[in-house]
Amino acid sequence: MTILPAHRPRTGTRRQLSRLTSGLAVTLIVAVLLVFFVVPVIWLLLAPTKTAGQLVSSFPLSFGSFSQLGAAWKHLTAFQGGAIWLWLRNSALYSGGALVLTLATSVPAGYALALTKFRGRRLLLTVTLIVMIMPSASLVLPIFLELNLFHLIGTAWSIILPFAFYPFGVYLVYIYFATSLPRDMLAAARIDGANEWQVFSRVALPLARPVIGLVAFFSFVGNWNNFFLPYLVLPSSQQFPIQVGLNQLLSSTPSFNPVAGKGLDITSPELALAIIIAILPVLVLFLFSQRALVSGMLAGSTKE
Amino acid sequence: MTTLRAQQLAVSATGTARRPSRRRAGVAGYLFVAGYTILLIAFGVFPTGYSLYLALTNPRGQFTGIGQFTKVFQDFRFGPAFENIGVYLVMWLLLVVVLTVVVAIILRSRVSNKVSGVLRFLFYIPGALAGVASVLVWLFMLDPAVSPAAGLLRSLGMDDFDQTLAPGNLPVILVLIAFWTGAGGWIVVMYGALNNIPDEILEAARIDGAGPWQLAWYIQIPMISKWIVYMAILAFAAGTQLFVEPQLLQTASLNRVSPTWSPNELAYVFAFQNGDFNGAAAISIVLLAIGLLCAGLLVSRSGLFKLDDEK
Repeated sequence: MTILPAHRPRTGTRRQLSRLTSGLAVTLIVAVLLVFFVVPVIWLLLAPTKTAGQLVSSFPLSFGSFSQLGAAWKHLTAFQGGAIWLWLRNSALYSGGALVLTLATSVPAGYALALTKFRGRRLLLTVTLIVMIMPSASLVLPIFLELNLFHLIGTAWSIILPFAFYPFGVYLVYIYFATSLPRDMLAAARIDGANEWQVFSRVALPLARPVIGLVAFFSFVGNWNNFFLPYLVLPSSQQFPIQVGLNQLLSSTPSFNPVAGKGLDITSPELALAIIIAILPVLVLFLFSQRALVSGMLAGSTKE
Repeated sequence: MTTLRAQQLAVSATGTARRPSRRRAGVAGYLFVAGYTILLIAFGVFPTGYSLYLALTNPRGQFTGIGQFTKVFQDFRFGPAFENIGVYLVMWLLLVVVLTVVVAIILRSRVSNKVSGVLRFLFYIPGALAGVASVLVWLFMLDPAVSPAAGLLRSLGMDDFDQTLAPGNLPVILVLIAFWTGAGGWIVVMYGALNNIPDEILEAARIDGAGPWQLAWYIQIPMISKWIVYMAILAFAAGTQLFVEPQLLQTASLNRVSPTWSPNELAYVFAFQNGDFNGAAAISIVLLAIGLLCAGLLVSRSGLFKLDDEK
């Protein structure tokens, strides 16, 4: 299939030399990328332990003190009377509510697309595929215009319902059932007199646990980190999820907004702490589900 | 914002579907898909149709043909917004395609399994910060006063935050942020694709005298080309939709960066500052069309997605 160029025999030293340079190149690439990916994370974790002044004067990757961390915590939680807790609660409500609805709709839908026959099945599957590949941001403004038409702007449902629409979840469940559910099992259950609902809930559902976990993870992470839709749809700070709240903190930080930020206790360490708090749920999920995730991401395409 | 989701499509793209049962379940099938179908219509089909309607009419509901489109195309901010996103896309695609493939090959063939696993994990972690958090972290990284890379920034002539955020630097900054949060996931996907190449093929090439770089160029890259194209199309489609990142950089730059830097931002300004929903809808339709085109291309041509097994 592939033709390799003919090889000139090489002398031992030349081969050694080329091996050395290629080894050096590999090490260099890996080292640069490692610094690029990891250093910002380490910097972020250390930043809240220092004062804004220390952030400028001391070594960027040094540790400040725990008392400073406590002070940053106090300033942050005092912002707008504990707004950060409200934002976190809102994020949990929006992502959690959407998650429940996503699972309740996508698992049966994926199951039916894989294992039942009905008219319009192929059409539904095609549309699902196309919408899932399209960047989700491309639908945000149209959804805003629609919500505006129906006067739903500013309600919790205006976030939860669009978040709950998750074609990728349907496709994941569809592929899972289509490839790994022994069909004989369903047939056996039907022979035993189970109706369609019982076949689904007692046979298929318990077997779908891995894929349900996967759908839940992607749905939750995506919605938790979503900024665009809530930014458009929610007018008041009381309703902000944490991502939009971070944006407000940014515009209250003197180093980025000297005018509006005057007189507030929100400085760079507080902002860094807010970032850490905002991503903590997702980060924890990433850390603990790494193995499952990677295998799930590549289901069917790995041989390890 | 959409990278995480997009990457995961790779997940299942290789699965194979079996013939659906032809027995009963006709009505049950409809009931099972009912909830999802309602959501699909409410938040996929209807908003698209309604935007199209808005884009073809004026605020009084009169049909205006392509009037709204010519209006937004002629807007003085329309050209620059697409130009900005174009420059960004070229840089982003080149970087993400070349680097993720090179790194995946290195992780697959040049380091031990254990090291490779740890590295993949470390590269993947910034993905947890996708969205607002990543932009805020990079605001700090790009501020010479606090950045660990202050020396590098200064040697490039950026002595303070204002100079770093000069409008001309924006595409590079956005590429850095996108790469930081997105590349790790793509490396995992590419690594998985490389893993699928049978060892015998690689072994045969090695016996024929191929070195590691020749192996990569003549065998590994051609064999995962389908996935590279897939990644490029998804990265392109997602890149056209940039909103959060330039919007936050605009806030942080105290308005020195244009508030209509990207097409999505322009649509936002049309809707929220000018109250011109028809114009905003016209821009959205253009962006939707790009997304649809990419999706259609992947579904129909790539062969990565199984629609049906009845071939």
